[in-house]
Amino acid sequence: MGLRLFLVALVVVVLLVADLRFNSLQTARSLMEFAAAPVYWVADIPSRVGDWKNEHLVSRSDLLEQNEQLGRENLVLQGRSHQMASLLAENVRLRALLNSSAMVRDDVLVAELIGVSPDPVRHQLVLNKGERDGVFVGQPLIDADGLLGQVVEVSSLNSRALLITDATHSIPVQVNRNGVRAIAEGIGSLTSLEIHHVSATTDIKEGDLLVTSGLGGRFPIGYPVAVVSKIERDPGLAFARIMARPSAALERSRHVLLVFTAKPAAGN
Amino acid sequence: MVDQGPNAYWLVLASFFCALILAVLPFPHWLAWGRPEWVLLVLVYWVIALPQRVGLITALLLGLMLDVVEGAVIGQNAFALVVVTLLALLLYQRLRVFSLAQQAAIVFVLAGLNQMICQWVQNLEGAGSTTLMFLLPAFSSALLWPFVLHLLRGLRRLYGVS
Repeated sequence: MGLRLFLVALVVVVLLVADLRFNSLQTARSLMEFAAAPVYWVADIPSRVGDWKNEHLVSRSDLLEQNEQLGRENLVLQGRSHQMASLLAENVRLRALLNSSAMVRDDVLVAELIGVSPDPVRHQLVLNKGERDGVFVGQPLIDADGLLGQVVEVSSLNSRALLITDATHSIPVQVNRNGVRAIAEGIGSLTSLEIHHVSATTDIKEGDLLVTSGLGGRFPIGYPVAVVSKIERDPGLAFARIMARPSAALERSRHVLLVFTAKPAAGN
Repeated sequence: MVDQGPNAYWLVLASFFCALILAVLPFPHWLAWGRPEWVLLVLVYWVIALPQRVGLITALLLGLMLDVVEGAVIGQNAFALVVVTLLALLLYQRLRVFSLAQQAAIVFVLAGLNQMICQWVQNLEGAGSTTLMFLLPAFSSALLWPFVLHLLRGLRRLYGVS
């Protein structure tokens, strides 16, 4: 047993160092992730059954009501999108006048959640879209209400995304009202982000919407990230202590959108 | 491990597969911290029952699989499970004659150790827990030990795995 123990210990140490220190196991990981796909598939059965039940075992009156509600919603959204089209055209014209390149609307791919990280400290999602569908590492992930996170691992069938609330995640943001820039860092809680290094005199208020600033080149500009929920300005400290609540439904979304950003759009 | 005679080793593999599924099965939010360490429970059972067949190598491979499934640092669970398996291999003769409560107490210690090692590696990564809640799975694992033991022992006797 002595030799075997030594070998096993050696393998573990080498793997830990390779992954933690040098991050050199991406290919091996995506291959093993492919092998692990059946595990996710089976673990997802209960929620699929739930979905099936929701779809098929609904009373007629509920369906009618839902249909009517969706019809109303659709009407409102269509009305807004007509307006949007003309605004978009106007925006492109104005940007052309300003000599900056046009903002291009991003394409999205709908993905379904097939797993969440079982470890409450690690905020990761497993999605049912992978390399086959063109998903790439670093791809932004949104839901109907705001930014969720980014893809960190891609295998051929599945991919894994890191949420903005994970303790290892930071994202450049700006205040939507006045463009003040900051960094929003996850702290390992699903309901809050911390905004770092904003000086105590900066114009930022509770209720301010933080959107992606597009700096750093990873996230497209303008997606809502969080709403400032608490500000503590201590004269003894150099920076204000600012907490924000993520806009996206981080623990509820089952369908999410993978954003395909059009190549460099911001031109200032 | 698999191709030695007519023995039903598929049962061992199937139980590991089920444990991996249970390890990632979506849980209600309020129960997230208390998820029992299913893989550890099943592994410890097989180490006690078949110490000459299930050992460190099995623990290593299973741990790597769990790392991938959980999205953890590669080697985190492998490390923890290897340590737990080593202890179980050293203790298995005593564990076999222990009463259920004594066994559960040992499982509590083993699962607690497993959690501490995982926590340690996560802290290296910078994503550790800030509270002691991460020790909760040790309690739930110990509580579930009698259930896992009886289920797996029943299956093992039914299919004559030895």
